[in-house]
Amino acid sequence: MVNTLPQVAALLPVFLLAFTGLALLLVDTISPDTRSNTSMAVVGAVGSLAASAASVWLVVSGTGSPDTGGAITLFAEAIKVDTMALFFSAIFASVTALVVVAAHDYFHDHASPAAFYSLTLFAATGMALLAAANSLAVVFVALEMVSLPSYVLVAYLKRNRGSVEAGLKYFLVGALSSAIFLFGISLVYAATGSLLFGGVAEGIGSLDGLAGIAGLGIVMIVGGVAYKTASVPFHFWAPEAYEGAPAPVSAFLSSASKAAGFVVAFRLFTEAFPVGASLAAGIDWVLAFGVLAAVTMTLGNFAAAVQEEVKRMLAYSSIGHAGYVLIGVAALSAGGSANGSVMGAAMAHLLVYGFMNTGAFLFVAMAERWGVGRTFEDYAGLAKRAPVASTAMAVFMFSLAGLPPFAGFFSKYFLFMGAIDNGFLWLAAFGAVNSVVSLYYYSRVVKALFIDDPASSSSLDAIDVRPTGLYAAVVFAAVATVLLLPGFGPVIETAEAAASALF
Amino acid sequence: MIEALIGFTFAAALLVLLAPDEWAGRLAFAFSLLPFAGSLYLWSGFESAGNALTGGDIGYMTQIEWLEVGGRTVSWFVGVDGISLPLVVLTTFLVPLAIVSAWTPIDSRQSQFYGLMLFMEANLLGVFTALDFFLWFVFWEAVLVPMYFLIGVWGGPRRKYAAIKFFVYTNAASLLMFIGFMSLTFALGGSVSSFALPEITGAIADGGLGTWFGISPDRIAMVAFLAMFAGFAVKVPIVPVHTWLPDAHVEAPTPVSVLLAGVLLKMGTYALLRFNFTMLPDQASALAVPIAAIAVISVIYGAMLALAQKDLKRIVAYSSVSSMGYVILGLVVFTEYGVGGATFQMVAHGLISGLMFMAVGVIYNATHTRMVGDMSGMADRMPVAVGILVAGAFGYMGLPLMAGFAGEFFIFVGSFAAPSLPYAPIFTALAMFGIVIVAGYLLSAMQSTLFGPFELETDYDVGPAPFHDVAPLAVLLVAIIVLGVAPDIFFEMIRDAAVPVVEGVTING
Repeated sequence: MVNTLPQVAALLPVFLLAFTGLALLLVDTISPDTRSNTSMAVVGAVGSLAASAASVWLVVSGTGSPDTGGAITLFAEAIKVDTMALFFSAIFASVTALVVVAAHDYFHDHASPAAFYSLTLFAATGMALLAAANSLAVVFVALEMVSLPSYVLVAYLKRNRGSVEAGLKYFLVGALSSAIFLFGISLVYAATGSLLFGGVAEGIGSLDGLAGIAGLGIVMIVGGVAYKTASVPFHFWAPEAYEGAPAPVSAFLSSASKAAGFVVAFRLFTEAFPVGASLAAGIDWVLAFGVLAAVTMTLGNFAAAVQEEVKRMLAYSSIGHAGYVLIGVAALSAGGSANGSVMGAAMAHLLVYGFMNTGAFLFVAMAERWGVGRTFEDYAGLAKRAPVASTAMAVFMFSLAGLPPFAGFFSKYFLFMGAIDNGFLWLAAFGAVNSVVSLYYYSRVVKALFIDDPASSSSLDAIDVRPTGLYAAVVFAAVATVLLLPGFGPVIETAEAAASALF
Repeated sequence: MIEALIGFTFAAALLVLLAPDEWAGRLAFAFSLLPFAGSLYLWSGFESAGNALTGGDIGYMTQIEWLEVGGRTVSWFVGVDGISLPLVVLTTFLVPLAIVSAWTPIDSRQSQFYGLMLFMEANLLGVFTALDFFLWFVFWEAVLVPMYFLIGVWGGPRRKYAAIKFFVYTNAASLLMFIGFMSLTFALGGSVSSFALPEITGAIADGGLGTWFGISPDRIAMVAFLAMFAGFAVKVPIVPVHTWLPDAHVEAPTPVSVLLAGVLLKMGTYALLRFNFTMLPDQASALAVPIAAIAVISVIYGAMLALAQKDLKRIVAYSSVSSMGYVILGLVVFTEYGVGGATFQMVAHGLISGLMFMAVGVIYNATHTRMVGDMSGMADRMPVAVGILVAGAFGYMGLPLMAGFAGEFFIFVGSFAAPSLPYAPIFTALAMFGIVIVAGYLLSAMQSTLFGPFELETDYDVGPAPFHDVAPLAVLLVAIIVLGVAPDIFFEMIRDAAVPVVEGVTING
């Protein structure tokens, strides 16, 4: 069926996201009186759901997979659509849909919510483009296309000091790391003479004494990836930005934006800087990622364990999960038999994480909407008044901790097993120990919601509204988190096939 | 058939969750009768032939591929044999009774309570029937979540502490066990193509374990055995990792205690039998002396602790630790009657401890105290309930013609002359001494609370317990006596499944 469509149809998810964003912007600009929060949200949600459906359909129909003629390259090879690109488009578009639906209620009394939807969709467009980039130039442009709307989104509540402060911090660290990333690209270009991934990979094979320059460039690029994925050493912005930003934005950044950072890493460190060629040239980025992964997951989990505010705890937990996913890059080895499975497992973990983490942040959004407060104590006894949402939150927490009845168990398990199969027992051991630590602070939320008694009998009176959109998004994310356990087979198979195609 | 049983129980849990509080208890009871009928149907059509893990016939088997990990398939693989079927029947039999016993004490958020009870039942059935490691592990862990809420939400004054302690202890133990099992599968390498337990057991028996990360096969097997033993020991529980149990029991509401003692503890001994003693029999028999020593210490120390308690529920809780020691002793001797008796004792203890907890709960419903010194002469006011409690206590002490006697007798017969366990008669004699202590504390506790002149400081009249409180007790007592008079209704199939385990040990085979 795909053969009858022009090749550019493979970019359908990107186009759908972009056009939806533009349409929202257009209506908001030329006819601000006719817009309404609901209709704008519906358009945004329908657009991102369509993009998500398109991605899934393209994956199922085999577009870009080795079985149907391999990846589709477009625009002088600057764009390359393969299963991995479409897999990540599906993650981005699903998270966007959840966030847009939730934002409808979160911004119910905001003066101009329409701009929020279009900015979110523009950022998602950038992410989807990033997933299909085949050139360092496209990577940088797409990365900026993600970052610029994100800065605005973090500071979207412009009368809220926390939000503005978070936006500023995010912007400063972001600008710095963009500069470092760009400088890294230029050094790699200087050493290899190409911006296309394939050309860079060839250049790495024959560096002729430029290994130092290429190596420095790669280190800088690693820094840029670390920023986007909120990994050590560029993680400082994450707790501040996630805590200060409106909760739907935190959900968007910590799920979709993080996944976007990882797709860049997965592509760059398989196609542009292949493990074998890099090691042969004396550039051991595997070890660098290994150390980053171990430090990131340990720091994230231990810092999360001492937080008193739920949102901040989730921010650190999101750093911890970045550490787990980094195993997908850190556990690669030259000619390793399990390269595809460990990276595929990391992709599957990002998909599951996209639902469970987004859902958790959206529950926080709901709590902010109710105005019940931010700390664990403030959440005490919420289950008495909001049993459905609290049950969903319990599902997210147990799944994030990796407990078996939920999808998070499988994705983590596959990730650690892949690492062991590839000979990285120590990374899996770090991951397992950290998972145990994480159970402590995740279960604190469940304990507060279900077991603790509210501080006073009136403290639950704030729960006087049932925001439909937020409820729908949270419940949907919870159902997806549960159903991904029985349905994990096709997900992991697709992801492994997509990742294996890169080696 | 088994998936219908589990699926129906899950669906029933969901429906009860959505039902109004007023009749959630009745609805849950009605629903829970169906799985019981289903398990009776399984029983009626079951023809035992060997052990499911060692190549015997698997009853009502279903195997559907689920997904693939690193070249090994994970499947929905369920079935029963002579060891698991009695436990399935025990589970489906105890749950309706526990639900009825909850009608009086549970007075808030009923639909959630009964929904969680049924949810737990579904997962327990999964634990006892799953024959694929992954599937089994998912059910195994999924039991913890409803239990955590059942203790934490409906428990006594220290419920938060007890729930967290239970959750952390058992989760840490699960992780240890998981790592132990995984190291086995890694060492098996290419010699297995799935996580199916029969296949893994067969591969280990055929010497499929290889060197992994430079560790020799024997050492891996030993490390895996110890990790799994430690993990399951927490669940059983065995001294010294038993401390979560009294806290959980005392704080848990009565119906939850019934399931905790009656079924959840059996998860630990069942898993020990399946994994440690069936998969790695040679490691088990190499460690027979220390394991038997731990078992005897559990028996004696648990009984001594029970002797020192004032709270009736704590007494029963510690005596469970003691009873589980007999089960471990029966398993480690590797004789037909030892392993078979241990499995029989799992069922017998499930019924008897369920009866004891329920009876203590009935008294507590009326008196609102469980302390030995606070009351006396309860027999005057609640003759029927007290009568059944006394009968149950005699069952605990091993009165002939009751299920407890049969279980303990089989174990002692099996262990006294066990060929693979050095000093077997000494261990057996020491363990038998535990029965004397049991008789001591149960009789003294009963004498001071149940008999003599009635005394209790209350401002209301204490009368006979309502019918729906006493009826489950009577049903349990009848079951205990039936099983004691005719142990063969279970023991025959248990023995069929136990013999291959015994023959798996080099010294016997």
